Amino acid sequence: MQACATPPPALEMLKTKLRAEHIHMVFQRDGKTTPVLEDINLQVGDGEFLCLLGPSGCGKSTLLNIMAGFLSPSSGEIRVDADIVRGPDPRRIFVFQERGVFPWLTVEGNIAFGLFKLSRSQREQRVSHYVKMVGLEGFEKNYPAELSGGMKQRLEVARALAVNPDMLFLDEPFGALDSITRLIMRTELLRIWEAERKTIIFVTHDIDEAVQLADRVVVMSSRPATIQQIVKIDIPHPRDISSPRYLELRDGILEQIGLAHKV
Amino acid sequence: MKSLAEPRKWEGLFWPILASALLLALWHYCVRWTATTIFPSPLDVGRGIAELLREGVLWTDIADSLRRVAVGFGAAAALGIPLGLMLGWSPAADRVVNPAMQILRPISPIAWIPVAIIFFGIGDYAAIFLIFLGAFFPIVVACVDGVSNVPSMYRRAGRNFGLAPWRLLAQVIFPAALPRIIIGLRIALGIAWLVVVAAEMIAVDSGLGYLVIDSRNSGKRYDLVVAAMLLIGVIGLTLDFGFRRIEKIKSVRWGFRHGP
Amino acid sequence: MQLSVRLRPVIFIAGLLIVWQIAADRQSVHLLPGPWGVAGGIADLLRHGLLLKYVTASLFRVTWGFILAVVLAVPLGLAIGWYRRAEMAFNPILQVLRPISPLAWIPIAILWFGVGDLAAIFLIFLGCFLPLLLTAIQAVQSVPDIYVNIGRNFGLRPFELICRVLFPAVIPQLIVGLRITLGIAWLVVVAAEMIAVNSGLGFLIVDARNAGNRYDLVLAGMVMIGTIGLLLDMGIRSLEHIKSSRWSYSED
Repeated sequence: MQACATPPPALEMLKTKLRAEHIHMVFQRDGKTTPVLEDINLQVGDGEFLCLLGPSGCGKSTLLNIMAGFLSPSSGEIRVDADIVRGPDPRRIFVFQERGVFPWLTVEGNIAFGLFKLSRSQREQRVSHYVKMVGLEGFEKNYPAELSGGMKQRLEVARALAVNPDMLFLDEPFGALDSITRLIMRTELLRIWEAERKTIIFVTHDIDEAVQLADRVVVMSSRPATIQQIVKIDIPHPRDISSPRYLELRDGILEQIGLAHKV
Repeated sequence: MKSLAEPRKWEGLFWPILASALLLALWHYCVRWTATTIFPSPLDVGRGIAELLREGVLWTDIADSLRRVAVGFGAAAALGIPLGLMLGWSPAADRVVNPAMQILRPISPIAWIPVAIIFFGIGDYAAIFLIFLGAFFPIVVACVDGVSNVPSMYRRAGRNFGLAPWRLLAQVIFPAALPRIIIGLRIALGIAWLVVVAAEMIAVDSGLGYLVIDSRNSGKRYDLVVAAMLLIGVIGLTLDFGFRRIEKIKSVRWGFRHGP
Repeated sequence: MQLSVRLRPVIFIAGLLIVWQIAADRQSVHLLPGPWGVAGGIADLLRHGLLLKYVTASLFRVTWGFILAVVLAVPLGLAIGWYRRAEMAFNPILQVLRPISPLAWIPIAILWFGVGDLAAIFLIFLGCFLPLLLTAIQAVQSVPDIYVNIGRNFGLRPFELICRVLFPAVIPQLIVGLRITLGIAWLVVVAAEMIAVNSGLGFLIVDARNAGNRYDLVLAGMVMIGTIGLLLDMGIRSLEHIKSSRWSYSED
């Protein structure tokens, strides 16, 4: 974990950016109803890095999609800055796994995708800024097919950041990467986050990932998902993954989920 | 690809019925407005179908067309699948034979009619030969495609377990290639159905294709022409559906995870 | 590749030609010519200027029928593919029309257009329209949902979504569909010309046989048909290569 510039403000002092109120979600398919989310209530602070943690298929991706406005909840509402979320918006960009990158555009083309409202020179400036930020210099004219998984993921993050959103939603973005690349990407993500301090909501099933990255970890149960526990990670960055406090927090979550220590 | 909310179940019936009804109505009124005496309205066609059914000629025609397709397609499969498997198995052999096939393939089976008539005379066998030609190449191509797309790790696993080549082919390669082969067979069957109708319009005097052209030639019975066309469409569709059922059989279904 | 390997297909074809020549010579009644006879037939056609005339006629019809079909089928197919309900509405009709050979439309074509170019173009149009439409519909439906969602996320309005996301995403499949449909067009034109018009390569085949059993010309026509069909196919494949080497995401 790399060094950070300044310590973040205490969480209690952050104003609320996103509020989830009594979110219920029920899926209907061929006459069968599947409850997925049950009474989710959550407040996310401005500039906070929040993790949604839970086993695969528990509904955390569904919750993320609801927050981003791609799905409508069966009941309840999401408010961002006190406005109800009714659909996707450029101020809240969703980052998929690297398959969200457009294969017919170059690296530059992808990053510039959302910048159609800017003038040509402004666009070029932004693009080169973010190419540098995610470390893809030299690959501006390459197509995604020529990039590795990690590079494509970085490209997608660059594209998301280029439009200067308030919030980023990341749905297991590093899931398709090998574990070494994953470690590198986590560091990169934190570096970028510390530079621009967006509100980030990050979905993962990897406990270590959650504890390494987040300010708070929302532990979710399996379907129908509820919030089991919210764990505040009060270790400042860079986090030592061998420190007692880290292990204590991680083990706490492991216990909460019901997993034993030994393999 | 959704642009609006998920459509409800009843809409699966509502929209097609609405669209079909509107198109039929449009057809009907076009016939009325142009006051044509020749082109049939939907009602005329319906009556035409009833007439054909009553006269019993229809059944022989349908049987004839189906019979020719069965024989021609069967022959194409019997010869094409082994050839395709061999060519797929040995890319070297494929490279030798492929150019010859590429030159023959764009020649419409219909263009072979004069040659077919020399060999078989006018009649069933000529039509069957044309159907064979139409179905043969797609089947071979599908088999080559299927075999060459079998992941090489399957071959390696087979050899690892000590399988002899022919066993490897029969117990590993063939089942692995089967989904694509079946899709190829289905497409070839569709082609066979197109060819039989065309062949019957030129080279024989029975069958649905012949019915189409005969209805016009002997009396400008366009109601029967269109009736025959509709039957051709429906039967062809039924054949296609039947084949898709085969694709649903479990031992093959794994290959269609992502849908045909 | 070494020269010897490259020559093998040539040798194979040469072998087939030799077998053909022998078989032709051994006929009791010399009806079908061997390869030499066919070559002579081609030369004959060239001398009389008929070859060029017929090839042009066939290509002309293919071009018009094909382009008309593309211009109408692609936008329509994209629209139907985009709107679920439209696809639900039209699919049954399309599925019933699909197995009907374009040639079965000949009586109607002659009724509406008489014997001649327009009827042939109409038949080619019919033969191309439906496959292209279905290809376009399928292409739209296979565009991953997330691409569209990403577009919406970045604030694109529906029209911009279609231009900047949908269209680039379907191009590889469309091009494959165009290639296959062009092949179909070529098959249909030949058949159509055998029945409904008085020029073109298909007509050549029928006419050569009817007016004097000139089977050398019949086979010459078939050879020309095969060759031109192959050239058309290779032409579009090179187009595919340009696109795919740039985007490297076709053939999915």
